[in-house]
Amino acid sequence: MADQMIRTEGLRKSFGDVHALKGVDLDVEPATVFGLLGPNGAGKTTTVRILTTLLTPDEGQAEVAGFDVVRDAEPLRHVIGLAGQSAAVDENLTGLENIEMVGRLYHLPAPEAKRRAVEIMDRFELSEAAHRTAKTYSGGMRRRLDLCASLVGRPTVLFLDEPTTGLDPRSRIEMWDIIRELQDEGTTILLTTQYLDEVDRLADRIAVIDVGKVIAEGTSDELKTRVGGEVLAIRVADRSRVGEAAGAVLGLGPGGGAVDNNIGEVTVPVGDQGPAILTEAVRRLDAAGIALADIALRRPTLDDVFMALTGHAAEEAEQPKENGKRGRRGRRG
Amino acid sequence: MSATVTAERTVDTERRLRYAISDGWVLTKRNLITYVRKPDLLVFSTIQPVMFVLLFVYVFGGAMSLALPPGLPYVDFLMPGIFVQTAIFAATQTGVGLAEDLKKGLVDRFRSLPMARSAVLSGRTLADSAAIAFQVILMTVVAVLVGFQLHAGLPKGMLAIVGTLAVGYAFTWMFAFAGLSLKSVEAVQAASFTLIFPFVFASTAFVPASTFPSWLQAWSKVNPVSIWVDTFRDLTLGALSPGGENLMTHLWQSTAWFLAILAIFVPLSVRLYRRT
Repeated sequence: MADQMIRTEGLRKSFGDVHALKGVDLDVEPATVFGLLGPNGAGKTTTVRILTTLLTPDEGQAEVAGFDVVRDAEPLRHVIGLAGQSAAVDENLTGLENIEMVGRLYHLPAPEAKRRAVEIMDRFELSEAAHRTAKTYSGGMRRRLDLCASLVGRPTVLFLDEPTTGLDPRSRIEMWDIIRELQDEGTTILLTTQYLDEVDRLADRIAVIDVGKVIAEGTSDELKTRVGGEVLAIRVADRSRVGEAAGAVLGLGPGGGAVDNNIGEVTVPVGDQGPAILTEAVRRLDAAGIALADIALRRPTLDDVFMALTGHAAEEAEQPKENGKRGRRGRRG
Repeated sequence: MSATVTAERTVDTERRLRYAISDGWVLTKRNLITYVRKPDLLVFSTIQPVMFVLLFVYVFGGAMSLALPPGLPYVDFLMPGIFVQTAIFAATQTGVGLAEDLKKGLVDRFRSLPMARSAVLSGRTLADSAAIAFQVILMTVVAVLVGFQLHAGLPKGMLAIVGTLAVGYAFTWMFAFAGLSLKSVEAVQAASFTLIFPFVFASTAFVPASTFPSWLQAWSKVNPVSIWVDTFRDLTLGALSPGGENLMTHLWQSTAWFLAILAIFVPLSVRLYRRT
């Protein structure tokens, strides 16, 4: 237990009669990136808020860096950093003033707070904008500034709540690079996201969370294996015939499969029978006279995993974001 | 309990107090910077009371002087009321500021930091009190320009100004509570003025109570704004003050109201902040 940087057991939290968390167990090892993956309302943000002492759980236990989140909340705050969904920076302060302020609030002496603020902003390529007020910053810059603020106290555990939501593709990739660097330096990172590719690229281990419960946990590869080895993906040339194609091939695998009418794709888990099933599928489709746009064996994506685990796609539950909420709307992030 | 434990506790208490002060000061500075960088906020909230002065003195002044004791110029009667109104209106900024910080997630950041739990509120109310002081002093200049005179000497006049600032400070805590409970800037603004109106306008701030219907006189008599304004009139008008009660009674009642508001809203706000 002492080896775990984050450990939760049976975390429960309700807001009125909305049960945001219904027993969440997590184990995160030091110097790893842990991805908490789930749609909006799954309980991601509630989990992060409990682990960063912003909320107290109704039931269950949570320890971060060896500190109990309720009993040892005060010492715990010295060793964690939090970058939330909304870049929590003061628009009227300059970038540098923002970071210095947070440094002072970590109780660094003024010169040290300033030195670290300059250093960290330089590292995240914000030096040129350091003396501009934060309201002149672009979305990506604000996120980086927010991240600087969460790092100025040199946290052992960093919580990133949807760090790339709303970022443009370039800023997103920059953020990924930063996260990898921080991990290399030994920071333990818990990251929440709705994006499968994000955890696939970054996280050492992933917990899939849905309606307040962890429904699967493991490495990206482990989760993919749960779908059952490889997947045969067939895309028909004429989308109206996707039903026919499904009828021809769905029975080939050991079971399961999915049909996406929108893109005319049929996916069939094939276990370790990939080549044989592929050959048979081509034969059958050819006999039925169904033209193909694409046919391939591939490793399952986390999309396949999510579909297999929850019965719905990862991002379908997405709803418009609301600001300044929490609690009231209950099930969120 | 062993001596070392006691000593550790003392050190701990000392450290907490030191952090409460230094963290509070860090946030006071942050809020003051906002006032300086967004001067429009201060400018417009100062223009408003100036317009009130001009409106009351020049539009209503002539009619109003008929209701006043002979020899008492309306501007001298009016200004203590305007001071208190200025302080209370300016204090609404505390609620707006806190609601903004909540909305932007800044309060979440602060609450995840190892800083003193009191600092967000103490930094906010202190910075807003400084802004109130700035506005009240500016109003004093305007008052002198439109002919305001002290009738009971400078020290008592200064005491009236200090008292006005104390009223403003007490109200920053009332609006801190409003900001933390309502959590939205628009709601805080709407609620603030609804809250303020019966206090500021159904009082002796702008007119003597003698013309009020009896039910309104009854309210005005217990209304803290009336009590404060009457007290400050005693201090600026001296023998000309139409207040009725003697100065000591007024001072005593004013202080009691000031402390009562703090005693109610400081703990309420702190509790709410810890829980949000």
